Amino acid sequence: MPKEHIVKSFDSELDNIETIIAEMGGVAEQQLAKAIEALLRRDADLARQVIADDVLLDRMERDLDTQAMTLLALRQPMAEDLRAVIAGLKTASNLERIGDYAKNVAKRSITLMQSDPVDGAPRTISRMADLVRAMISNVLDAYMERDSDKAADVRARDQEVDQLHTSLFRELLTYMMEDPGNIMPCTHLLFIAKNIERMGDHATNIAEYVHFIAHGDIPQDERPKDDQTSQTMVDPGVDI
Amino acid sequence: MNVQFETSFLHAVPEGASVKITARDINVFYGDKQALFDIDLDIPERQVTALIGPSGCGKSTFLRCINRMNDVIDGCRVSGVIDMDGENIVDKSVDVVSLRRRVGMVFQKANPFPKSIYDNVAYGPRIHGLAADKGGLDEIVTTSLVRAGLWEEVKDRLQSPGTGLSGGQQQRLCIARAIAVSPEVILMDEPCSALDPIATAKIEELIDDLRENYTIVMVTHSMQQAARVSQTTAFFHLGVLVEKGDTKKIFTTPEDDRTQAYITGRIG
Repeated sequence: MPKEHIVKSFDSELDNIETIIAEMGGVAEQQLAKAIEALLRRDADLARQVIADDVLLDRMERDLDTQAMTLLALRQPMAEDLRAVIAGLKTASNLERIGDYAKNVAKRSITLMQSDPVDGAPRTISRMADLVRAMISNVLDAYMERDSDKAADVRARDQEVDQLHTSLFRELLTYMMEDPGNIMPCTHLLFIAKNIERMGDHATNIAEYVHFIAHGDIPQDERPKDDQTSQTMVDPGVDI
Repeated sequence: MNVQFETSFLHAVPEGASVKITARDINVFYGDKQALFDIDLDIPERQVTALIGPSGCGKSTFLRCINRMNDVIDGCRVSGVIDMDGENIVDKSVDVVSLRRRVGMVFQKANPFPKSIYDNVAYGPRIHGLAADKGGLDEIVTTSLVRAGLWEEVKDRLQSPGTGLSGGQQQRLCIARAIAVSPEVILMDEPCSALDPIATAKIEELIDDLRENYTIVMVTHSMQQAARVSQTTAFFHLGVLVEKGDTKKIFTTPEDDRTQAYITGRIG
């Protein structure tokens, strides 16, 4: 299919939406990276910067909403163009949500600075975050290139995040049982891990929108999941 | 894009709808120039089928095959089969006058006769002898004007000239004239292209009502209009029927790259 519309300003309006998505993706990824760095280095200033910068994503999302609404009203896009605008709206709201989770990680990392560091767990969280960052980065490449195969890879990788989350969940429960003094920091770490796991889910959603733009439907197959935290128990009677 | 779909859309009739017209291997020539190539299309009964495509794609030529309007064009030859209720209407033995009573037509520009509103609608029933007496004729005229959504606007001035109405009213008068002879199929060739948005909306609303009783085939250059009023859409390009199917599908997830390019405004 020829790439360009007869009306060239239509192309530039569609491109604007893509550009905002690309920028939002970059910011969301960076927010996650900084929030994790703040957690590992116990850097309250960096954490506060992450919290303050969340407004950038909110603004970009509103900007995209306005542009998409204008485009729908004035251009009445059809077929792939229509799907691109709808997917753009949904992708932006998923990226904005990823930003909210990063902000929450930053807030909790400040709280965690009030107590002694918990060994081990922040490293696992950092590995989870690296995986999710790669997912966000790859899914945005897939989005920009309209590459549904690449998006499918991202969708498949969410399983690894789930597995890390489950093992971290077990680990933190164990720490809490060892010493009630760990309960406060471990609870915050649990929420941080959950936040990162949710970011992975949002990256997966975006992968599904990339498929939607290319094919007009959402993948029907059950995606590989391995989050067992909702069934995880540690027997309190067991001597550890 | 290289996309594979499982769904078959072979002849494009939505599930549950019966077929009113079946066109097979339709080829049309204007002299040496071939205008349509091997068209296969099923027109579902009591639904609106929209024919879309760029100028010169053959959509109006196909429309004119359905009531043999191509017969009046010098050097035009049509081959293939168009089956309507078991009869091949392309066959030379078909009585064209009776065919055109069954298959009415509404044109791009409203073309009322230079007669009164009443006589415009009564003309067809009179020549086909559809009314037994004056009372019967009055009833046909009234019913047709009501169905065409024009009755309230003209009931007090039935003897005024039809040409004195506004463009939108004239077009509805032409629709009333078409339905006065109780056709089964109504062909519409760009029925709204000369009308303002309000008159267009009224005609579109009317088309939506009419499909309860009539099979409608419409040529339109407005894709939004095709999307709004039709249930089935067929896309023609360079004399070939590129894609046909459920209107919702054609405008959201067309299968052929040419359809996609046309409806998204990439080829004209």
